Amino acid sequence: MQNINSIFKKEFRSYFNSPIAYIFITFFLGISSWLFFQTFFFTNQAEMRSFFGYMPWIFLFFIPAVTMKLWAEEKKMGTAEILMTLPIRDYEVVIGKFLASFGLLAVTTLFSLCIPISVALLGDPDGGTIVCGYLGLLLMGGAYLAIGLFASTLTENQIIAFILGISVCFALLIIGTDYVLFNTADWLFPIFSYLGLGVHYSSILRGVIDSRDIIYYLTIIGFFLYLSTLMVESRKWR
Amino acid sequence: MIEVRELTKSYGPTLAVNQVSFDAHAGEVVGFIGPNGAGKTTTMRILTCYLTADAGTATVAGFDVLEHPIDVRKNVGYLPESAPLYADMGVVEYLKFMSEIREIPKSQRKERLRTVVDICGLEGVIQKDIGELSKGFRQRVGLAQSLIHDPPILILDEPTSGLDPTQTIEIRNLIKDIGQEKLVLFSTHILPEVSATCSRILMINRGQIVANGTLEDLINQVRSDEIFQVTIRSTEQDEIPKILREIDGITGVTPVKIDNGIVRYEITSVQEGYDASDAIFKAAVNNRWDLVELRQEFIDLENIFLHFTTGHSSGTSPKRELHEDNDSTEEE
Repeated sequence: MQNINSIFKKEFRSYFNSPIAYIFITFFLGISSWLFFQTFFFTNQAEMRSFFGYMPWIFLFFIPAVTMKLWAEEKKMGTAEILMTLPIRDYEVVIGKFLASFGLLAVTTLFSLCIPISVALLGDPDGGTIVCGYLGLLLMGGAYLAIGLFASTLTENQIIAFILGISVCFALLIIGTDYVLFNTADWLFPIFSYLGLGVHYSSILRGVIDSRDIIYYLTIIGFFLYLSTLMVESRKWR
Repeated sequence: MIEVRELTKSYGPTLAVNQVSFDAHAGEVVGFIGPNGAGKTTTMRILTCYLTADAGTATVAGFDVLEHPIDVRKNVGYLPESAPLYADMGVVEYLKFMSEIREIPKSQRKERLRTVVDICGLEGVIQKDIGELSKGFRQRVGLAQSLIHDPPILILDEPTSGLDPTQTIEIRNLIKDIGQEKLVLFSTHILPEVSATCSRILMINRGQIVANGTLEDLINQVRSDEIFQVTIRSTEQDEIPKILREIDGITGVTPVKIDNGIVRYEITSVQEGYDASDAIFKAAVNNRWDLVELRQEFIDLENIFLHFTTGHSSGTSPKRELHEDNDSTEEE
């Protein structure tokens, strides 16, 4: 626990020591607010459905950018060699790094609260769905982060890690979209609709918190963190 | 403290470390030398549990590297080659992070931090980010990091590469100091460094230990005869070898360089307790030769190194510059 905490603090601080965190927060908020307010006044409804609706696609490009350096840079700079010869276990480092990136996402989400606040000032939105939306956002974001982290363990090149991260997230995202679902074999339908990254998110957005949706995201996070740990350990045998 | 038995590791078809066995104990400074790509780094990485060997066992501080990697790492301070550090962290921030992971009790952290800053001469750069530091200072921060938990075993991979001569000497002295009570295993391909610092030498070539012992041990293994280089100017060069061979104790005279009445001879003599230079000098005086040069050839690490890594007998070959790149003056 102590070790995870140390790694978390180091990585989290490193986001804010470099421009990454500031650029991420600024552009994420800028783009998502613009997309939201663009139609908000037009539709004249006090709700945030469209804001949450954009998120799977915005995350697709933003999240792998946050995670791409987590391992790739360590490997490239050789710092992994000191890190992985410290008395810590590989999974502790993986979890610490994941939590740090999650921390950045949480901070960003916190800043985005100015959107529901403005909406509440202008109208009378349904608080329940917004809370659910944010919960779904964090869960889905966590899954994207875990995938991005895994992509980063695969290479020492950050650009490759970025693109790999996008690709894996994209693949998992589109298999749950209607277009793919209705054009696929029948037996694949339940599998795809279960595995689709955005499917459970949409069901949370409806304002119903189903434990299966939460379990799905936690499973995805756990699975990709496990794969990342395996990849990190694999250095030993190669 | 370190016991290595038949350690073997290959990367694909390349055998990096081949059946390496050695022991090392507290109070020793063990110099791990060999050409680039000989397997030094791989061995060190196995000892620090960064890599896993294909075969063989290694015990560090009483713990097996496979079964108790965390305990091994707790007892080892490791500085990898070229000191990879986080460029975006401050020096103090980095060392604090290390002391946290190294589980130094909170009450002692400041004390330890001050100690390593002092030992490694980091006072001047405390305020800086690691990314702003020169190579030499980065190396020192790396060293500070490896010392922060006061480990009984210190493993340093080319700790002096990239340092200027003054810094190199400082680091060497530091290694010697630490080696008084702890075990320091450090690798280098700069040969003079080994004779300056080490109490024992482990020579590795193509993944195998080719020599293991103190410098004297190795010298004795290599040398059979004393060798003198004698250059004489005389008009009667034909007579010289004959006369020299008659001197008691001299076993061989070979002219090696003939140049216009000046000839250099390589003279070998029996080794034990006999100094042939006296007799050669007297012979020169008696025969009225002009003695241009009379020099005993010492067997140094370069020769030993050549002997063990190429199998060539050392002494007879003229000294060769072997320290490929003493890259000490770069940067800084």
